[in-house]
Amino acid sequence: MEGRSITRADLSESVFQEVGLSRNESSDLVEVILDEMVEALARGESVKISSFGSFTVRDKGERIGRNPKTGQEVPILPRRVLVFRASNVLKNAINGVEGSSDDE
Amino acid sequence: MTKSELIARLAARNPHLYQRDVERIVGTVFNEISKALAAGDRVELRGFGAFSVKTREPRTGRNPRTGAQVAVASKRVPYFKTGKDLRDRLNKEAQRAALAAAAQRK
Repeated sequence: MEGRSITRADLSESVFQEVGLSRNESSDLVEVILDEMVEALARGESVKISSFGSFTVRDKGERIGRNPKTGQEVPILPRRVLVFRASNVLKNAINGVEGSSDDE
Repeated sequence: MTKSELIARLAARNPHLYQRDVERIVGTVFNEISKALAAGDRVELRGFGAFSVKTREPRTGRNPRTGAQVAVASKRVPYFKTGKDLRDRLNKEAQRAALAAAAQRK
């Protein structure tokens, strides 16, 4: 759709502006934050960031899928998927609602 | 892991930083992502995932108790798509655990 795309570089720049560490260190820290989150999720833990949202790992069981092109049945192996649930604060901010209610 | 646990881990990995600064760093990162989404922008973090905003069309819903029709306005909802590297990481660990469990049953 419309709109820009924000990347790691933009997040690092904000950390640099807000906190006043060097640009290098700011970008390292952004990386470390993501890294710690990935590590926790890989351990199967959920990650809950108050007023932002939570990331939960869900186990999906094996099921029979179908190749939509050929109609052939293929087993879909059990796998893990990540689910993000936005907090009410974030949902409200996205809909332009001020002074959001219950934080999670 | 909660936000405060994340902050504690970050502080442990960066002993030269003040706790106060670590809190601000973590706060800034999530705040920027929220701000971008509120502005309708997309946030793309390669290897981790991408946050975007989807629009739900207005619809007529029903009050499940009374059956009365109610107009539901269009709204925007945040959406997260897991990045490939993270998805692979989750599954590598899961496969390893499954294999270990299978080995134990033998």
